[in-house]
Formats: sequence, structure tokens, C-alpha cells
Amino acid sequence: MAKYSPPKQGKAGQVFDSLFLLALVYITLFAPLVLGLTGGGTTTQTVDQPTWEALGQNEVMAKQWEHLGYTPETAAELITTRFDYTINPVALIVTAIVIIGYFVFLIRFSDKEYRQVIAERFGKDK
Amino acid sequence: MATEAVAGQAPQRISLLRVLGPAHVWALGVGIVLVGEFMGWNFSVGKGGAMGSLIACWIIGLLYTCVAMIDSEVTSTVAAAGGQYAQAKHIIGPLMAFNVGLYLVMAYTMLEAADALVVGDLLAAVAGELGHDSLHTEPFVVLTIAVLAWLNYRGVFATLTVNFVITAAAFLSIVILFVGVQPWKPGEMLQHRELLTDLPYGWIGVIAAFQFGIWYYLGIEGTCQAAEEVRSPARSLPYGTMSGIITLLIAASLTWYIASGLLPWEYLGQAATPLYDAARVTGSTYLQVFLFVGTIFSAIASANGCINDASRSWFSMGRDRYMPLWFGAVHPRYRTPYRAILFLIPIAVSFAFTGLLDQVITFSILSGLLGYTFMPINMWMFRKKWPLDTIRRGYVHPFHPLPAAVLLALCVATYFATFLGYGAQLLAMMAFYIVASLWFAFHRYKYVRRGDQFSMPWPKPRGY
Repeated sequence: MAKYSPPKQGKAGQVFDSLFLLALVYITLFAPLVLGLTGGGTTTQTVDQPTWEALGQNEVMAKQWEHLGYTPETAAELITTRFDYTINPVALIVTAIVIIGYFVFLIRFSDKEYRQVIAERFGKDK
Repeated sequence: MATEAVAGQAPQRISLLRVLGPAHVWALGVGIVLVGEFMGWNFSVGKGGAMGSLIACWIIGLLYTCVAMIDSEVTSTVAAAGGQYAQAKHIIGPLMAFNVGLYLVMAYTMLEAADALVVGDLLAAVAGELGHDSLHTEPFVVLTIAVLAWLNYRGVFATLTVNFVITAAAFLSIVILFVGVQPWKPGEMLQHRELLTDLPYGWIGVIAAFQFGIWYYLGIEGTCQAAEEVRSPARSLPYGTMSGIITLLIAASLTWYIASGLLPWEYLGQAATPLYDAARVTGSTYLQVFLFVGTIFSAIASANGCINDASRSWFSMGRDRYMPLWFGAVHPRYRTPYRAILFLIPIAVSFAFTGLLDQVITFSILSGLLGYTFMPINMWMFRKKWPLDTIRRGYVHPFHPLPAAVLLALCVATYFATFLGYGAQLLAMMAFYIVASLWFAFHRYKYVRRGDQFSMPWPKPRGY
């Protein structure tokens, strides 16, 4: 197989590629974070006039909260915030398809490229 | 051998310096991961309760055992620099290699951001305790990353020697805290009987805790990134990595035991600096100072190692033209991948500025998890393309394909764990890797030399 000669990339092209990758990081990862689109799916229960007992804390727990500088009022939100593990089947299926599809694409496309690599390195005999 | 390559200039061969020994490899691996005992692991308590976190710690320990078994066989055979990235190039193909390189860069850069964030948060918390409530964290974030980037820019030997000293000091602070809470007198300072509760979410919470259970160990596989700068890779890499894993297992056990015996699980599950807080509730100023120093040192050592590893992955990809060739340059005087080091600084600083520790950590975990998913696929293909009798392996792991199957199953469970509570973030991360893959496949790959990517002296793979 004839050896592949890649084109030379100029400075402008290299700068463009570098900026593209930076933009990709900021658009797909940073923006959802700062816009509050991601993060722990939690719910918080409101407790009127919270006490350690009402918050389900025993004597030792209450003592440790107080060592940390908390009162029942300031600790209430931390104690009553819980993850919501209700499963949305559509979201679960979409997520599974995205991850499986991604790996299938990676393996298939990599194999196509790998065949070129092996053909050039060892010669093509099949 | 690296290439000092700038578009339009004649290439000049300059290699990275081979100056590191087993202690540096230990410091690189443990230095990156030990911070996971000082912060981050405790979010698994938030997702599944204290007992759920402990079960996740053990099950994810099994995941890392499989990682170690598979990696030992492949790394001992693929003797090219670049760790898993080089493995993917030789066994699966360029697009997978590009992704694996990117997993390493993103996992380490996000971890670096989390480290700097913790330094800022801890300093602000201590300033608050001393009566200075409005301390801004941002200058400390920038200062931490800037100083460590400068150290990395100047040279790997000084960088990892610093890491060795501060990692050892951080580990010592955990041991001091363990002794200080008098574990031989249960009920006096440690209150497990009163503080440990049933599983607050049941068994689904235990699975959900797998996500942050990864944090106990994430990054230990980074030791093989230093392969090109180690004096004797065959000796230093296994010794450094194995002693590192043993250190982490001890540190993780001590950490869970101390923190769950001192802090209510609802507090522990969201704390930014759980071990420092554990020292605080003991009422001992000495322990508080030790854990302040330990937390700061562990975060600095981790960020230091992360800059080292992320920049070397980015550099390797630049050298192979997977990234612009400009990044494949070695500093003519300091012999470091200085352009890669500088390029990644703004990303780390930006994510540290968000202050969203659990989410920044989740990006790091997901990149690590994608890398672990690659490993069983890699192992199956490796054995298929080069069966045991075709090439000489440094190590052959037993019970194949059981470790690969267990690893894949645990990776699937951890994706599900992340979906529980952090599903949108999981999709954001996938969007990043999908777009990056399309960019590489349909644009970037045309600049890559084909046959040069395969440098091992192996026979042609079967089936090709």
C-alpha cells in the first residue's frame, strides 16, 4: 500500500483547531454547569420550627452538629435534602442508547482507520 | 523521543528526561489520588448513606482490581509511552486512541480544578473561623494552579520531588488523626453506634453511591503516564503502582472509619473538607492544624500530579498529530511539554471558579469511567488479535475473560449510578466526547500519519 502523506497544517489551522476544542469544552461542559442545567437531582422537605428531634437527630448527632456550628434552623435544609431516585424510563433508555451508540461508533470507525494503519505498516494481504 | 516541531520549521529531536524512580511513581499515583480521602469520597455518603458508601468502596475496589489485572498485562506488553492511549493506538485504532487520550486529559484537568477549588474553600472556611467571613476564594484558586503550572513548566524532577514530600505529609496527617481519635476506646470520641444509620435510600442508594465510590481510587492508573521519564520502567512502574494501591486501601479504610464515627451522615454527604471537619469536632486544635495542613498538601500534590499527567497526554496527542502539532513541543531548556501545560490552565481555573465541587468531580469521574469501559474491550481485542502464543507478554493475567466481564458489568452499574441524580451531566459529558469524536474522525485524522502509529515490534494482528 502506498504510504499516506498527510497535508501540513498551517499556523492558522492549528490555532483554529485549538480554539475549537476550547469552545467545545466551554459549550458542552462549562455552560450547562453555570446555567444550572446539571447537578444533583434533589428535593428538600420544609420543616416548620425545626428541632433536633423533629429532624430525626439523636443526642449524639445533635452534639456533633453543634460542634460544627449548626443550629436546628441552619441544619434543617442539609438534613431534609434528599436525592430523588425516581427513574424516568425514557431518559434512561435515551442515555443507554447514547452511551452504547457512542462506543459502537468508536469501535467501528476505529477499526476502519486501524485497517489503513495495518495495511501501511505490514502490507495488505487480505 | 519527542519532536520539537513548529509549523514551518525543521524538526529538532529532544527527549523527555529519564530521571524518576519508584518513589516518584508512588508520589505521582498516590499524590493524585490521596486527595480523594480528604474530599469527594464523602459525596457517596450523600447518595447512599454511610454504610452504602462503605459497600460502594468495596465494590469499586473490585472494579479497580480488574483494572489493575488488565492494565498489568497490556502495559507490560505495550512498552510504548502514553499508557492507555498507546495501548488503544496499537490494539483498537486511532479514533479510540484519541478518545482515550482525551479521557485522561479531562479526568486529570477536572480533578486539578476540584483540588484548587478545595484549597480556596478550605482557606475561606478557616478565615471564617478566625473572624474574616468574606474571604474570596478565586485568588487562591489562581495562585494554586499558577504556581504548580510554573513548577511543572520548570521540570518534572523538582515537581515530583515536591509531590513526594507533601504526599507523605498528607498521608501522615490521616494516621495522626486516626491515632488522635483513639479508636481503641469506641464510644469516647468515635460514636459509630449512635451515628451510623440504616441505608437511607435502601439498596438503590448503594448503587447510586458507586458514582463517588470511584473517587476513593480514581487516577492510580496514571502512574503509567510517566513511563517515558522513568529510569527503569520495568522495576519502577510496578513497585510504585503496587505500593500506591496499598497506601490508598489503608487510607480509604482509615478515612471512612474516622469520618463516619464523628460526623452525622447528612453533614458528611455534602461536606467540602470532611476530614478537616472531623478534626474540628474532636475539639483538638493540634488535630485541626494537622488536618488543615494535610488537606492543603493533598490538594496541592494532586493538582501537581494532574498537571503533569494531563499535559503529557495532551503532548502525546500533539506529537502524533491527533491534536495540533504545536502541542507536541518539548521545552528546549527544561525538557517539559510546556505548551500543553499552559493550554490547559484556563480550563482548570474556569471550572474551579464555579465552586460546584460535586459536579466538577463528576466530570472527572465520568472521564475515568469511560476509560475503564475501554479496558475490557481492549483486553478482548488484544487476546483476539495476538493470542498468548504469538507475542511475548511481561505478565499474563489469570481467569480471562472473567476480569474483563466483571469490569464491564461494574462500569455499566456505575453509569446507572451516575444517571441517578446526575443524569443531565452524564449526557453533557457524552455530548462533549461525541462531538470531539466527529471532529477527529472527519477533520483531524487527515493530518495523522497512518503506518507510523504502530511502533511495536509485533507480528501482524490476526484478522487483518
